[in-house]
Parts: sequence; structure tokens; C-alpha cells
Amino acid sequence: MKTIVVGSLESSDCLITLTPASETTIDIESVVYDAFGDQIRAVIEAVLSRHHLDDVHIRCQDKGALDYAIEARLETAIRRYKEANHGS
Amino acid sequence: MKTTTDIAAIFDDFNVKDGASISFHHHLRNGDAVQNHVLDEARRRKLKNLRLYPSAVFPVHRVLKTLLEEGAVASLTTNYLNGPVAEYFAKEASGDILRMQSHGGRARAVIEGDNPIDIAFVAAPAVDAQKNASGLEGPAACGSLGYAMEDVKHAKHVVLVTDTLVDHLENPQIDGTDVDAVLVLDSIGDPKGITSGTLSLTRDPIGMKIARSAMRLLDALGVIKEGFSFQSGAGGVSLRVVDMLNEKMTRDRIHASFFSGGITGHHVKMLEAGLVETLYDVQCFDLEAIASLRRNASHIAISADRYANPNNPDRVIADLDCVILGATEIDLDFNVNVTTDSHNTIIGGSGGHSDTAEDAKLSLIVTPLIKGRIPVIKERVTTITTPGKTVDVLITERGIAINPARQGIIETAQKAGLHVDTIEGLMAIAHTLTGVPASTARKTHPIGFVESRRGERLDTLHAKE
Repeated sequence: MKTIVVGSLESSDCLITLTPASETTIDIESVVYDAFGDQIRAVIEAVLSRHHLDDVHIRCQDKGALDYAIEARLETAIRRYKEANHGS
Repeated sequence: MKTTTDIAAIFDDFNVKDGASISFHHHLRNGDAVQNHVLDEARRRKLKNLRLYPSAVFPVHRVLKTLLEEGAVASLTTNYLNGPVAEYFAKEASGDILRMQSHGGRARAVIEGDNPIDIAFVAAPAVDAQKNASGLEGPAACGSLGYAMEDVKHAKHVVLVTDTLVDHLENPQIDGTDVDAVLVLDSIGDPKGITSGTLSLTRDPIGMKIARSAMRLLDALGVIKEGFSFQSGAGGVSLRVVDMLNEKMTRDRIHASFFSGGITGHHVKMLEAGLVETLYDVQCFDLEAIASLRRNASHIAISADRYANPNNPDRVIADLDCVILGATEIDLDFNVNVTTDSHNTIIGGSGGHSDTAEDAKLSLIVTPLIKGRIPVIKERVTTITTPGKTVDVLITERGIAINPARQGIIETAQKAGLHVDTIEGLMAIAHTLTGVPASTARKTHPIGFVESRRGERLDTLHAKE
């Protein structure tokens, strides 16, 4: 099973890392966690709910990305993760 | 007292003891070796209750942090602060000992006795046989010594600290008759930390858009006319505006009377092209500014008093038509914060921000609407550096907001077809992009306060946690 890394640690971007796990868990580290941590979690959960993925650890290292950037990075990461690990 | 290489002899001769008030200036910025050298001696002697007056504190100033941790500092008064000392105040500070002034406010306080100084240690890049000093010669040349001038005139004792002794200096900036002693070190500073190379203009599209909006507003308000005066910071957007001014003034054959403040090569280029008559320089930001101060008679080093002291009727900025400034936060009343981030950590300070905002006929704040997801506009700033009643216009990439007290500016800008919004409107635009930030401000114990340029208490500073 492969780990997938998408994005960057540049200001206003985020780095998403997907690692195979026994259950789905979300880890968020953000420079704006106090102000936007709940909102980042909500975005990640919304994207997850569109995919059948119950075996992945999601790590989001956020440098102040806006919601659409987090969403796009995570969508891409999930697509690559599925290609790499499920051959779809 | 003569010339010595021994800091201990200086402390002995001038009786530097518990409770001493000691001042420093910050022209060597992050290359400064003088403050650490002096405070190391204070530490060796286990001095307590020190009252320190550095005009600014930079990351290089680690000994100051140690003295604070050891409880040896009774008060710290400064105009700008970042690095380890800022981390100390965020996390460890227990006392209410920090006082943040402006450049003009510090000059006023030194002259009027609000900042009583026992001994001023003046980093002096070159000193001659008559104890005259200049910032133009020597390996640590920094140009203008503007922030040290009042200390030299008003401290009980003045010690020049240098690494370069010469026979004779032409046009010294500090007069030897005010000097009590000279301390000679191998090096007073690292040139790499003193000046930058060429400061760059922004190329970032958001910065470009902000700069163009600022130019359109200046145009609409008729600011750019024969004999006008102007000041800006050395940030990328501000310097881009300077560059656009250069183009316009060249094209339309307009000449400015003076530029003031911190001077860069971009200002020098315009002086040498005959576009501006005089540069009033309180601090050189780059090597080109230092070189220009040597060769151009109309590039004049001025003291902080002459620059911005609110009680000096001849201060340069009293005649300023326009200033362009930055903001870390700005609130619905146009109060500006450049002192702390939104978690109370000190990241800078007024410098000349509150001085120029008040004195200039027109004060513009230029900033992106959002910085790393954090909206710059808040309902309330974390810390007031510059009161909103002195701020006229906010310019962002998504529109400009004008202080409602300036109806004339609002009408002129609207007639000129500029995209004028309310500051509440701009905050709402930011929130549609970022979401509404959860409130992060926590009221923790006070660590000090921000002082207005006239010495009134403007706002309280708090520890981070």
C-alpha cells in the first residue's frame, strides 16, 4: 500500500498526506488552527463523504489555504490514492 | 575619560550600577554587536533593575533576552521589537515592563526627560581624534545616525562604540564635544545584517494591483503635483508605488520637494534624476542610500527629533503631503496594528507609523485583504499602534475604503471612478473567501503598553498565554 503526498508547504497552500490505516482518521496542523480549525475539518469531512474510503489516515498540514484549495488538494490526493492502491 | 578597549573600565568610570538607564540605537539593525557587548558586561556584574532604551530590538539581541529571563530588567522602552525578546514577552514575561513608543515619541521623551538616560552607548561606524562620529565610513557603515542624536545631546554620559578610528572626519554627524568616552572593539557589527542589497519591488499580481490603485487615488486627489512631498516604507508594495511615481513624474515633468523617512536606492535614483529636491534621511535601508549620503549634498541625514518629534514645530513630517504605510491588522474604526499579531505576539512596532499617519495630510494604508487566510480587517484590532482618526484610506486588491470622516476624499475618489467600498464591505468580502474566523484573542496578563507619540497610554500589551 502506498502513501500519497499532494500540495506544498508554501504560504496559502496545504500539504495533504494519505497513509493506509485500519480506520479513517484526520490530523490537522494549521497556522490558522485557532481561527479556522473547525472549518478545515468540515471541508475535509465533506470531501471524504463523497468517496468510499474507510481505510486511510489523512494528514493536512495547512499554511492558510482557502477552502477551495484544501478541497482541490484532497480530491487530487484521494484520486491518486485510489489509483495507486486499488488500481482503479 | 579617554579611549579604551575595555567595557569594564567604562562601567567603572561612569558608575554604571543597579538601576542604571542605558540607551542604544538600532542603525546596525540585525548586524548590531554593540548592545550584546554592553549587556554582557551588565550580566557579568549581576546588575539589577536596569532601565533599557534601545530604539529597536532585533533577533540578534539575545543577551537582552537572557537579562529579562534573569529578572535583571526593570523596564524596556523601545519603538520596534522582534526575535527572541518578542518570544520572551509572548511566553515567559511576568512583569508589566514593556513600553512601545514611536520614533517621534522617543525623540520627544528623550528631550523632555520622559526617557531619562544615564548612559548612551552609540554604535559609531567611524570616530576621529576629536571624538566626532560618522555613519558613512568604516566596515559597519550604516549611513544616517538619526535615532542616536537625541541620546547624544541628552544622556548624562555618552560613549561612542567603534571599530574604526581615523584622524579627521569631514561633516561628522555626532559632535565630539557631546562625547565622554570612546570604546574601541574589533567589530561593532556584521555588515550583512546592517543593510540589505537592493530592496525589491513587488511583482506579485496582488501587490501590483494595490500599487496601481494607490497611484490612481493619488492622481484623483491631485497629490502628485509640482513641489509635493512623500514618504513610504520599504515594503515591496510601497516601493512599487515609488517606482510608479518615478515613471509618472518623469513623464509629466513633475518635481517633488522632499521624500523623508527610511531611504532606499529607489529614492536615490529619483534624487539623482532631479525628480525630488531633498531626501531627509533618518535611516538608510540599503547600500545605495549610504553611498548617496556620501556624495549628494541634498541627501540629508536628520535626527529623529527633526524627523518626527510632535513637539518640534520644524519637524520634517509636519510638511508631508502623503505617506504610504502597511498594516498587520486594521479595524472598522481604521485603527491600525503593526505591533502584534492576532495572538498578542509582538512582531514589530510603530517606528514612524503613528507619527507620519498623524502628520501627513493624506495617510494611505496598503495591504492585501487576506494574508495566509487571515483577513486583515478585524472588528477590533488586537493592539492599537496608530489611532484610526489619523488614518485616511485603506487600499486592498479588492477595493478601497475611506475613513467616513473624510467625505471630501470619498467624493473625489468616487467621481474619479475608483472602486470605493466601506471598510465593513471589504471585511465581508474577505469573509466570503476565508470564512468568519473564530475569535482567538485571549485576555492574558499585561506585559506593557503602547504609548502615543505625545506620551499618552494608547493600548495595553498582553502575553500570549
